[in-house]
Amino acid sequence: MSGTPLLSLAIWVPIFAGFIVLATGSDRNAPLARMLALAGAIVGLLVTIPLYTGFDLKTPAMQFVELMPWIPRFNINYHLGVDGISMLFVILNSFITIIVVIAGWQVITSKVAQYNAAFLIMSGLLNGIFCSLDGMLFYVFFEASLIPLYLIIGIWGGDNRVYAAFKFFLYTLAGSLLFLIAQLYLFVQSGGSFSILDWQQLPLSMSAQIWLFIAFLIAFAVKVPMWPVHTWLPDAHVQAPTGGSVVLAAIALKLGAYGFLRFSLPIAPDASHELSWLVVALSLIAIVYIGFVALVQEDMKKLVAYSSIAHMGFVTLGFFMFSAIGMEGALVQMVSHGFVAGAMFFCIGVMYDRVHSRQIADYGGVVNTMPKFAAFFMLFSMANAGLPATSGFVGEFMIILGAVKYNFWVAFAAASTMIVGAAYTLWMYKRVIFGKVTNHHVAEVSDINGREFLILTLLAIGVLVMGLYPLPFTEVMHSSVNELLRHVSVSKIH
Amino acid sequence: MEMQKLYLLVPLAPLFGAMIAGLFCRVIPRWVAHTATILGVTIAFIGSYFIFRDVMAGNTFNGPVYQWLTTGDYKFEVGFLIDQLTVTMMLVVTFVSLMVHIYTIGYMQDDPGYNRFFSYISLFTFSMLMLVMSNNFMQLFFGWEAVGLVSYLLIGFWYTRPTAIFANMKAFLVNRVGDFGFILGIGLVLAYTGTLDYAAVFAKAPSLADTTISLFADREWATVSLMSATCILLFVGAMGKSAQVPLHVWLPDSMEGPTPISALIHAATMVTAGIFMVARMSPLFELSDTALSFVITIGAITALFMGFLGIIQNDIKRVVAYSTLSQLGYMTVALGASAYSVAIFHLMTHAFFKALLFLGAGSVIIGMHHDQDIRNMGGLRKYMPITWITSLIGSLALIGTPFFAGFYSKDSIIEAVQMSHIPGSGFAYFAVLAGVFVTAFYSFRMYFLVFHGEERFGKAHDAHGHDTHAKQDGHAAKDDHAAHGDDHHADDAHEEHHGLAPGQKPHETPWVVTLPLVMLAIPSVIIGFIGIEPMLFGDYFKSAIFINAEAHPVMEELAHHFHGATAMALHAVTTLVFWLAFSGVALSWFFYIKRPDIPAAIKARCEPIYTLLENKYYFDKFNDVVFAGGARLLGKGLWKGGDVAVIDGIIVNGSARLVGWIATMVRLFQSGHIYHYAFTMIIGVFVLLTLWVGRA
Repeated sequence: MSGTPLLSLAIWVPIFAGFIVLATGSDRNAPLARMLALAGAIVGLLVTIPLYTGFDLKTPAMQFVELMPWIPRFNINYHLGVDGISMLFVILNSFITIIVVIAGWQVITSKVAQYNAAFLIMSGLLNGIFCSLDGMLFYVFFEASLIPLYLIIGIWGGDNRVYAAFKFFLYTLAGSLLFLIAQLYLFVQSGGSFSILDWQQLPLSMSAQIWLFIAFLIAFAVKVPMWPVHTWLPDAHVQAPTGGSVVLAAIALKLGAYGFLRFSLPIAPDASHELSWLVVALSLIAIVYIGFVALVQEDMKKLVAYSSIAHMGFVTLGFFMFSAIGMEGALVQMVSHGFVAGAMFFCIGVMYDRVHSRQIADYGGVVNTMPKFAAFFMLFSMANAGLPATSGFVGEFMIILGAVKYNFWVAFAAASTMIVGAAYTLWMYKRVIFGKVTNHHVAEVSDINGREFLILTLLAIGVLVMGLYPLPFTEVMHSSVNELLRHVSVSKIH
Repeated sequence: MEMQKLYLLVPLAPLFGAMIAGLFCRVIPRWVAHTATILGVTIAFIGSYFIFRDVMAGNTFNGPVYQWLTTGDYKFEVGFLIDQLTVTMMLVVTFVSLMVHIYTIGYMQDDPGYNRFFSYISLFTFSMLMLVMSNNFMQLFFGWEAVGLVSYLLIGFWYTRPTAIFANMKAFLVNRVGDFGFILGIGLVLAYTGTLDYAAVFAKAPSLADTTISLFADREWATVSLMSATCILLFVGAMGKSAQVPLHVWLPDSMEGPTPISALIHAATMVTAGIFMVARMSPLFELSDTALSFVITIGAITALFMGFLGIIQNDIKRVVAYSTLSQLGYMTVALGASAYSVAIFHLMTHAFFKALLFLGAGSVIIGMHHDQDIRNMGGLRKYMPITWITSLIGSLALIGTPFFAGFYSKDSIIEAVQMSHIPGSGFAYFAVLAGVFVTAFYSFRMYFLVFHGEERFGKAHDAHGHDTHAKQDGHAAKDDHAAHGDDHHADDAHEEHHGLAPGQKPHETPWVVTLPLVMLAIPSVIIGFIGIEPMLFGDYFKSAIFINAEAHPVMEELAHHFHGATAMALHAVTTLVFWLAFSGVALSWFFYIKRPDIPAAIKARCEPIYTLLENKYYFDKFNDVVFAGGARLLGKGLWKGGDVAVIDGIIVNGSARLVGWIATMVRLFQSGHIYHYAFTMIIGVFVLLTLWVGRA
């Protein structure tokens, strides 16, 4: 197994499958396109399974490494590898790809091949981000993955998709440029290396670290998104088709957080400590401020989008407490959010397909006509509210407990999500699901079909397994997280 | 080894039943659902009994089942601690649960959600067992929230009723306020002891007794005792779950759920989880007099003031609900007085007689065809003899009639408080004494109105009763309205209130309903007599409960005064407590049997007090306006003011406009006319030349 380039397979199998699907052409071949897409997604997941089963728990070093020159003139390499921090996201991403392919099965009827191809190609590119150990390769994947997402929102999106895409673009532009400049600076400083691992060992002065940290912060904060650069997310979600929202929430939001762990913390450790107060403050604002904003949303997708921002606030908070429980809690929260937010957006999509509205006020009493759906939605709502035995609990629990040691008042503010998070989730659930049937649209809907049942069951298994037995998820992180914490605790100033 | 399998079997059997009834609720017939769940709970009860015997033989257990999570130096495990305290709770939970399961067959027989209901109550039994059997804080929190979830599902069981789905959300959120404190308390435990395992925490706690933590960076005035902070935060969790003032507001509304769960969850078991938790944490609470003082004060307020509210309720379930609040206050007071074993003893006796009273009330409700207003009842003893006798037994037990179960536990609490020297115990002693009179009065007010006196049913809802009903519904609907602003369902809260048609008589309920009543009536009479000596003064609890006897010698002093259960009951006649209870009963007899005109006259005279009680001291209104309304206002402000106006309006769209403006400006230069470009070039060359010449 050691000779197999597993990471290349994880990246290129979905992309290759995407191009095959694209080749089926027009919508006359839609059934074939769907089948091929599903097959590609399943093979894409299967090739990532050995990453987990063959993972060495004992070493913090990169595993499954592949290294070959790409652009020798600038010393840019095709350099791949995963550690305990990135490995789970490759698998999660490949899993979510299957979900979105099935999710669009009957719903997407125009440009079927292009739709599925966009998701498959995006899946490969996202895997590329998590596997890249070369800065330029990372950057290429990082930027390229946006193209399919733009297309998905732009072609299959809602009425106001141009505004949403434009807003997203405007936000990302500044961040991306700063990120590129930071990379070029590191290239020069390191004497001509684009290796992220080299950069991590590079001694840097405090002021250089501060500048790098700020450049990274701006680039990644937009992606997370952190307050106050978050307002693109609710608009993007509202305009995106269901599959786009699922990938956006489940995977794309993880890129920024992942960037903190791969770039900010190890490359600028002293600046990270120096400016941790800033990230902690922004994280708490995301948790508290955004929680209240979510409470008053009238559009279900916006509500869940805001709740995503609040949950990602926990992630960035967990990183910058510099403790194992905080950092692993944050990683758990990232994986869990992939399941839970993905499921929440899928659930909203299920209702949207039937009633063609996302407004809470257009619903009421859905449980009467869709009892099976209501049960699933209850499970995911409870997971969103962080109920124990669901995955949503594990990360929040770890981060709040870690925060008490870090600073009691930080924990106090973070723990307020116990109340506010439950309030916005359950209040929405109450208005949408419970009560008497309020209008004829709701009265006429049918309960979930087999395809939807399958997706919801898969996600429910993920949510419950991770909630009841998170050990298999965290044990793969230990070595890498401990090494990162050790690395960050050593000053780089020479 | 064998015993460990049994430990697992006890919680898993009800879980298995719940899964059968729940996952297949649409395909299996009713008898499968109730057989599977009752079988599961029966196995749990029998298993608990064998574990009880084993523990009595001296075999306790503390060990992990599986490792849940490791991170850094921390280990979180799912595990069991089986000792005297655990096994007491297991017996109470499984026994009451079994009775409620049987009762449900009769109570829910016409309900379309029959299978779902059985699934929920078995799931509850599983969750509660996991809570009490836990050997660590993590699993405790698991069970804690899981019972909250099932409570949420069951209060909103009739999900088309606006009042029910408002009540269940309210219950969940108020409990979350408690859990907010609870998780911070757990966080402090982990931060300072490095573990969540009970045994390890308790072993380390004494060395932390004098540790202080600083709330604001090293300020002298902001330091607090670590143990006080931890215990108070943990107790905030208990205040939510065990409905102590001011987090009590959810419990009366929880009566929207079907009556069997009011008995099981909102009287006998779940609401006592907070009491159990504090007793379990006795090694921590014993280290902080501040926390004990806080506990006893909160308990005393709850015991007395919630009792007052019971006096004016006309809904049969709400009378019992307020009495539950008040009795939970008594238990909390006992905890604060360091009489943990007395609190658990009262928890146990209360579980039996309160479940009995609730199930009795449910039986009355069936007999009355779902009319719950006690003003429409009267004289039911003729028609419902078993319900009558068992309810009388329950009421006698509740008010503390000598030889009945409640007498032994409640009298012990009062004596314990009398001997306590914790700050606040003076007030608590007054509160629990006055509470005795109040309890007796409202309990027998209900008893007389329901079972004795004039038969007021079948009169097509006299105007008086109907009015108040409409008012109550209107009130609930208004709360609902305030909470989400756009629903208008005030009309359908009435649909379940059928009541008896004119001329129709109430009837006794079927055996599945009356059998649990009888089965619960037995322990309501005898369990106190049997239990008091070993549980309070013997070594029943052994090391399961820790008391710092030097600082808090209450139990020792209590033991000096105790000369056997019979002597205690006989001696009672000479005590103030007995005569307070007696006068409560006598007064209610006088008011509601002898001179029914007096209450109305008093009500007219004391309008302000009545209004205050009617509005439940305005807690609901306050929460509604300040917390619910405030949160929505804040959310709107942050959204419209922060996100929409400032971030999007000024920064995002502002930069877009800026880009647009620059583009417009630049466009001016890109006119496409050669002479413009030529002119610009010439100007540019001129400026450069000037600069160059100027420098030179």
